[in-house]
Amino acid sequence: MAYSEKVIDHYNNPRNVGTLNKESKFVGTGLVGAPECGDVMRLQIEVGADNVITDAKFKTFGCGSAIASSSLATEWLKGKTIDEALTIDNMDIVEELALPPVKIHCSVLAEDAIKSAINDYRVKNGLEAIVLEKSHH
Amino acid sequence: MKQPIYLDNNATTPLDPRVLEAMLPYFTEKFGNAASRNHAFGWVAEEGVDYAREQVAKLIGCTEKEIIFTSGATEADNLGIKGVFEMYKEKGNHIITTVTEHKAVLDTCKHLEKQGARVTYLGVKEDGLIDLQELEAAMTPETILVSIMYGNNEIGVIQPVREIAAIAHRFGALFMTDATQAVGKIPVDVIADGIDLMAFTAHKMYGPKGVGALYVRRKNPRVKVTSQMDGGGHERGMRSGTLNVPGIVGLGKACELCRLEMESEAIRLSALRDRLESTLSQLEESYVNGNTQHRLPHVANISFKYVEGEGLMMAMSDLAVSSGSACTSASLEPSYVLKSLGLSDDLAHSSIRYGLGRFTTEEDIDQAIAITQKAVLHLRELSPLWEMFKEGIDLSKIEWAEH
Ligand SMILES: Cc1ncc(COP(=O)(O)O)c(C=O)c1O
Ligand code: FES
Repeated sequence: MAYSEKVIDHYNNPRNVGTLNKESKFVGTGLVGAPECGDVMRLQIEVGADNVITDAKFKTFGCGSAIASSSLATEWLKGKTIDEALTIDNMDIVEELALPPVKIHCSVLAEDAIKSAINDYRVKNGLEAIVLEKSHH
Repeated sequence: MKQPIYLDNNATTPLDPRVLEAMLPYFTEKFGNAASRNHAFGWVAEEGVDYAREQVAKLIGCTEKEIIFTSGATEADNLGIKGVFEMYKEKGNHIITTVTEHKAVLDTCKHLEKQGARVTYLGVKEDGLIDLQELEAAMTPETILVSIMYGNNEIGVIQPVREIAAIAHRFGALFMTDATQAVGKIPVDVIADGIDLMAFTAHKMYGPKGVGALYVRRKNPRVKVTSQMDGGGHERGMRSGTLNVPGIVGLGKACELCRLEMESEAIRLSALRDRLESTLSQLEESYVNGNTQHRLPHVANISFKYVEGEGLMMAMSDLAVSSGSACTSASLEPSYVLKSLGLSDDLAHSSIRYGLGRFTTEEDIDQAIAITQKAVLHLRELSPLWEMFKEGIDLSKIEWAEH
């Protein structure tokens, strides 16, 4: 299958690869997927004043589309408030990266990772976790 | 666009220009129907087919009358297995095969199960070879056929064919082998090996696609299969349909070239393969899959732990290889062959198959090594699993949020 130019670009020059201190109170970490399924995504956000995401990092074990989805997600997350971040839908990622139908679940994983990172941050800071609607896989 | 380096010769091989040259006249001036008995056009085509039949027979050590031309190995597998099941159903309904067969064998067996066959699917050991004692224990008086592949398409391991044949025969069963990956690569001799039926195909040995053959033994014992297509009764009634003369001529020429060049090629390719494999095995946490003693000279299958195969292949876009990973929404199942060796899913997802061939050069291998090393390191930089491994975290203890 041919990958779109945007997927290839994110794949070759992934943005925001790395690790934030997961012990920090300002950092939320989402780890989703499973090695057995061939995909594991770790996405981290650092939240500053006014609930604005000041930094985002990822590492992903998975196919090119999964790597590109998480790389794109970190780009989109920076500068958004947590509430804005929650509105990121996997179909936005599909559209931006022109993912084919068989790769939609890679974007679902990225959406799950965002939500899971936000929840980790919320729980750490005494807020209740947001109930995640099970996304369409 | 620069062509990637082709290292997927188990999927298909390029056509050898010498094969093409032999085929070309049969598309144009020698276009006749080999079954036309009353004019020169037919005779010329038939001569081409007869000569090809000799070339094929010589490669595998049989007589010309024992070759049935088909559209490829898939059809030959179907014809052999279904044909034996139908022909020998008076004697019994039990078939033995293995879990690492190609789908052309597995799905044919599944189909026959619906028609009343009992099929035993033997597992394999960690190295991909079957356990002969297990085979022996599975044999019954109702066993009519043992169908076990010669060389495996994913990991290249070679089954102990002679021993398998001896066991099958001791219990009065026929022995069939899917030798698609072995014929033309290593010496295959149907007499010495004790093979009763054998499927193979031209496009894995530098011949054209869409043509192959089933060897059916005519003596000690005389084996018969029921035809699977009705029609003009070609190929001694076992496979109807106007013969694909150019394809058959190509298969013949491909067999001849393999017969003449196999020995030196096997030495050259196994040296290249070994260099590829030993260099890449020096990467931390990489594992060679399958038995390394009994195997085809041109295949290496390596798992690079903590990186995912499909992602890895993307980083190696200058390399045409294949992966045991099948992480798509349609199927999250990685290669069933690798899993049957007892490989964990994540190692199966991390595997790459390199299939070398006649046109693979030393420079190709040097580049393949460099490209793979760079890609593995790049992806490990991106891999959360690699980071955890490096921190000494036991990944099996983590509760993964399955999606
Ligand atoms: C072991 C084995 N059997 C059968 C086949 C099918 O061959 P063909 O493409 O000629 O039908 C293949 C090739 O994919 C193979 O590797
Ligand atoms: S992560 Fe499974 S195919 Fe992309």
